[in-house]
Amino acid sequence: MYLTNEEEGMLKGEQGQVIAKCMKLLLRLGEIYGADRMIKISSSQAAGVSYKSIGDPGLEFLKGFANEGAKVKVPTFLNPAGMDLENWKNFGIFDNFAEKQLEIINTFKKMGIIITCSCTPYLLGNLPRFGEHIAWSESSAVSFANSVIGARTNREGGPSALAAAITGRTPNYGFHIDENRKPNFLIKVNVDLKTNSDFGALGFFVGKIVKNKVPFFVGIKETDTDKLKSLGAAMAASGGIALYHVLNKTPEAEKYKSTSDNLEKIEFSEKDLKKSYEELSDSQNPDLIVVGCPHASISEIEYLTKKLKNKKLKKEFWIYTSRTMKMWADRMGYTKILECSGAKIICDSCMVVSPLEETNFECVGTNSGKAAKYLPGFCKKKVFFGNLDSLIEKAL
Amino acid sequence: MKTIKARGISEGIGKGKVIILKEPFGFYGNVDQKTGIIIERGNPLEGVCIKDKVFVFPSGKGSTVGSYVIYALKKNLVAPAAIINLETETIVATGVILAGIPCVDKPEEDIFKILKNGDVIEVDGTKGEIRI
Repeated sequence: MYLTNEEEGMLKGEQGQVIAKCMKLLLRLGEIYGADRMIKISSSQAAGVSYKSIGDPGLEFLKGFANEGAKVKVPTFLNPAGMDLENWKNFGIFDNFAEKQLEIINTFKKMGIIITCSCTPYLLGNLPRFGEHIAWSESSAVSFANSVIGARTNREGGPSALAAAITGRTPNYGFHIDENRKPNFLIKVNVDLKTNSDFGALGFFVGKIVKNKVPFFVGIKETDTDKLKSLGAAMAASGGIALYHVLNKTPEAEKYKSTSDNLEKIEFSEKDLKKSYEELSDSQNPDLIVVGCPHASISEIEYLTKKLKNKKLKKEFWIYTSRTMKMWADRMGYTKILECSGAKIICDSCMVVSPLEETNFECVGTNSGKAAKYLPGFCKKKVFFGNLDSLIEKAL
Repeated sequence: MKTIKARGISEGIGKGKVIILKEPFGFYGNVDQKTGIIIERGNPLEGVCIKDKVFVFPSGKGSTVGSYVIYALKKNLVAPAAIINLETETIVATGVILAGIPCVDKPEEDIFKILKNGDVIEVDGTKGEIRI
């Protein structure tokens, strides 16, 4: 693998031992995956933030980096933590968990990583341009950046994204290269998808079949940013999909239109949609509703505000979002209306990485295909998967 | 002894009983990092412990936090002895390199036909070999 003089120096420790360690990891990955050289990245995004996800071993690993003076070279945003950093006491988080979580956050801060604590960096100001090379790790954000924006990133592991941020480099392989961005499967969508959860159900279905290849969707007539965010998140959870194309909707689709007929075909019908909903649900009676996976956008919060205005919820209803969206919701008066209905806004965190298993709720209702896939395993909860309106209905 | 050539992902030699999963596996949320027991609903190996085993699965899937989970399994002393994949993706590669778990991929023969659960084998990540 070709390294520039500067990169050779980094590897030898001329810029410190941490950078040398990071270069070594990136070089090894580059060798495994046949990279010809390193490429400069313009931004990074680090996953592996919740104490629940990384535990003491992860915390010690990060502290080791920070104590050796590691600093990021490019703007780097952070994934959600295991709790609302300002308001954790109200959500049943234990003191020892909070203490460890804050230690992790401070360690990231020490390295110069922006404490955004969100899985939607593209909604908060970390917005790459078309064709730009980046190293992101949150799987749903990777999918969004590659597919909807047309930026270029592999699915980085938490530590490899961190190494990329610290060196400002990533090995040139995988989705950084044109050849690997070609679709492998043609997905014919023969049903009108209406809600974000319909897109989540489609994503769950496709991820299981396509695994880590690239799907090319035809037949999706209408969509928007929130729906694509839901689709990509579900596909990255049930499979390992980092890039997809949607005819007439995503920027690289046109390029592959003429060759799409030669791909292996998969149909997604009304029956498959129904089946996916059933497969993701194992109960019809949620006692806790969670929405905002990936983090709710301001439009989703606005929709909820309209639906819940002057209503009283009988069940717990938690909305996960970034601190940034919450600030806008406060300003617009949405937070007040939502809180009057009994709903709660949780920032900086998500239902999957918070210690939900330590609560007494039995069944969690969600409109997220990703959350529905992860909640049974990671939070040991039963799941009801449905669209937002059905969740509201069940909570009133 | 039979030797199958493969690509070395992470250095070192690991020996143990084979445990085979025929579908992609994501470490995050699907294995308990304190016990090494698989907890993914509907996984054919649900309830099975991967500690000290040679864990054979085709490829990775799911969350990118998987690297940290692999690292934590090792630190918690419940990691597999070695990993064999058809194709190791970045998440698993990063995890096994940091944790120092021997790992190979792209074996030159059909390991899903040759290997059986419980076979005791050796994985050499440095040389890129599976020794049966």
